[in-house]
Amino acid sequence: MHMADALISPAVGGTMWAVTAALAAYSGKKLRQVQDDRKVPLMGVLGAFIFAAQMINFTIPATGSSGHLGGGMILSILLGPHAAFLTMASILTVQALFFADGGLLALGCNIFNLGFFPCFVAYPFIYRKISGDNPTPGRILAGSMAASILALQMGAFGVVLETTFSGISELPFGTFVLLMQPIHLAIGIVEGLVTAAVVTFVWRARPEVLEAAATGKVRTPFPLKGVLAGLLVVTVVTGGALSWFASAHPDGLEWSMFRTSGKEELDAPEQGPHAWLGRFQEKTAILPDYGFPAGEETEEPTEAGGTPETAEAEPWPSISAGTTVSGLVGAFLTLALAGLIGLGLRRYHSKS
Amino acid sequence: MAGIESSFFDLTRFDALSRLDTPIHRLEPRIKVLTTMVFIVAVVSFDKYRVSALLPFVLYPVVLITLGDLPLRYLAGKVFLALPFAFFIGVFNPFFDREVLVRFGPVGVSGGWISFASILIRFGLTVTTALALVATTGMYDLCRALDRLGVPRALTVQLLFLYRYLFVLVDEGSRMQRARSLRSFGNRGTGLRVYSHMIGQLLLRTLDRAQRIHAAMLCRGFDGELRLTRSSSIGKRDILFFCGWTAAFLLMRIYDLPAWAGKIATGMVR
Repeated sequence: MHMADALISPAVGGTMWAVTAALAAYSGKKLRQVQDDRKVPLMGVLGAFIFAAQMINFTIPATGSSGHLGGGMILSILLGPHAAFLTMASILTVQALFFADGGLLALGCNIFNLGFFPCFVAYPFIYRKISGDNPTPGRILAGSMAASILALQMGAFGVVLETTFSGISELPFGTFVLLMQPIHLAIGIVEGLVTAAVVTFVWRARPEVLEAAATGKVRTPFPLKGVLAGLLVVTVVTGGALSWFASAHPDGLEWSMFRTSGKEELDAPEQGPHAWLGRFQEKTAILPDYGFPAGEETEEPTEAGGTPETAEAEPWPSISAGTTVSGLVGAFLTLALAGLIGLGLRRYHSKS
Repeated sequence: MAGIESSFFDLTRFDALSRLDTPIHRLEPRIKVLTTMVFIVAVVSFDKYRVSALLPFVLYPVVLITLGDLPLRYLAGKVFLALPFAFFIGVFNPFFDREVLVRFGPVGVSGGWISFASILIRFGLTVTTALALVATTGMYDLCRALDRLGVPRALTVQLLFLYRYLFVLVDEGSRMQRARSLRSFGNRGTGLRVYSHMIGQLLLRTLDRAQRIHAAMLCRGFDGELRLTRSSSIGKRDILFFCGWTAAFLLMRIYDLPAWAGKIATGMVR
């Protein structure tokens, strides 16, 4: 179950798409540099393997419910972070396209939550540090558990942040966190166990596979593009969401001016260059005072005599009883029209 | 995740649907992808209390499905299966947002229910359209379109490889699953130990298969450079499709058409 488009706003979706696209481009470039062309079919087939493995369940002993593999960690262990990220991205894309498991706009978020955290954070900094270059089953288990639990916690927290910033769901941040984190702790423990079990099997049956994968150098992958993308995210978040909390109180300069002269701004002279420039600025400012201009007519007039409502004076949300009935009638008419168009098209199409 | 055999059936059905010949199937893939993205962004950009303004958008999936000869009940089933995530997060809205915004006589409807309805409508619109896009385009054309729209070559080639080998591996996985279920009683044999051995075996076979594939690619001249064939070009009809629908989406986004229609209708009745 991945994030759906219904709970995302374009700002959040677009931002995460930008970040994911940058990460994908970076991973692609890194793979070309490594020039191991065995990776190409290997990534494809391992992606299909994870897909198939996700569809087979196992029963969890204490609970009696069933669990399945996530895959990010196993891919990272076998392929290295960059190839694993692209493989996870492809798996999530196919899931979104063919199984409607996750929306298309939310795909950027999903790839980030389920690809970036396991492949670029948990794998190099947790699994590799714990299991080292010559793992034993004990270290594999410890590394897998720690890495999976932390990767899933980070991914779940990512979901919470993205949903909260989109503002479509009413779930308060605190409640959402308390819901998501414990569930994903349990899922992380299961994922860690499964990953450890499969990796240990491979270690016993064919240890050279793990050795070959482990010889790939894993330096901290922090590309410039990633940093820039991160800064972009922070900017959008600060400009978009945090501006809601911007104080309405006067800033320092205005406050001190008010204290001294009784006004928060200087009066501009009525004549001369100041006045011309002032008028010019008024005409060009599309967002005067960081808000929408007053007096702009929005949508259609209300039933109260057709007076246009200003964007600022309009009560939000602007729902009144009078518009409700006509709204319902209009909605019904729209749906009926759409249905008629559909039927008509079908008849026309099957005749031709 | 769905059971392994039902998912397999899904993939072949989608594959078959994408090979039909209808006006929608004949559109250039990039155009379809771009139009669908504009649609999704438009739908998702409404604020949370809008319900009636979302409804005209249903025209786009209706046109795709009818002109594309897609089976409506099958798609509706898939949308329904994908519902849980949006439903279980949206269902909290009525609990947290109780301020009554609309009244029908004595009955008051809170903002929470309105935003919940909005979430469900958004969900239906976006998921149905995405499925219609995939069913009318097919994986190969879709990946080529993504490649020409700027997606990194490594990722589009990976998607194509994944798709190709999905059928093979799901086949193997479902054989293993059936073998296990024939040999297990109740919950015996379905635990982690057997599972890890099964999946481990599947993984080792997968790695061997990857080596064979790589050898086969080398025999056919693979030199490390990934290439995709270019086949389709954008025509007048495609540009008309994109511009027409984008204009329609803008119109539907800016103006609340059902409210207008309703006002006119109720005005006429009075």
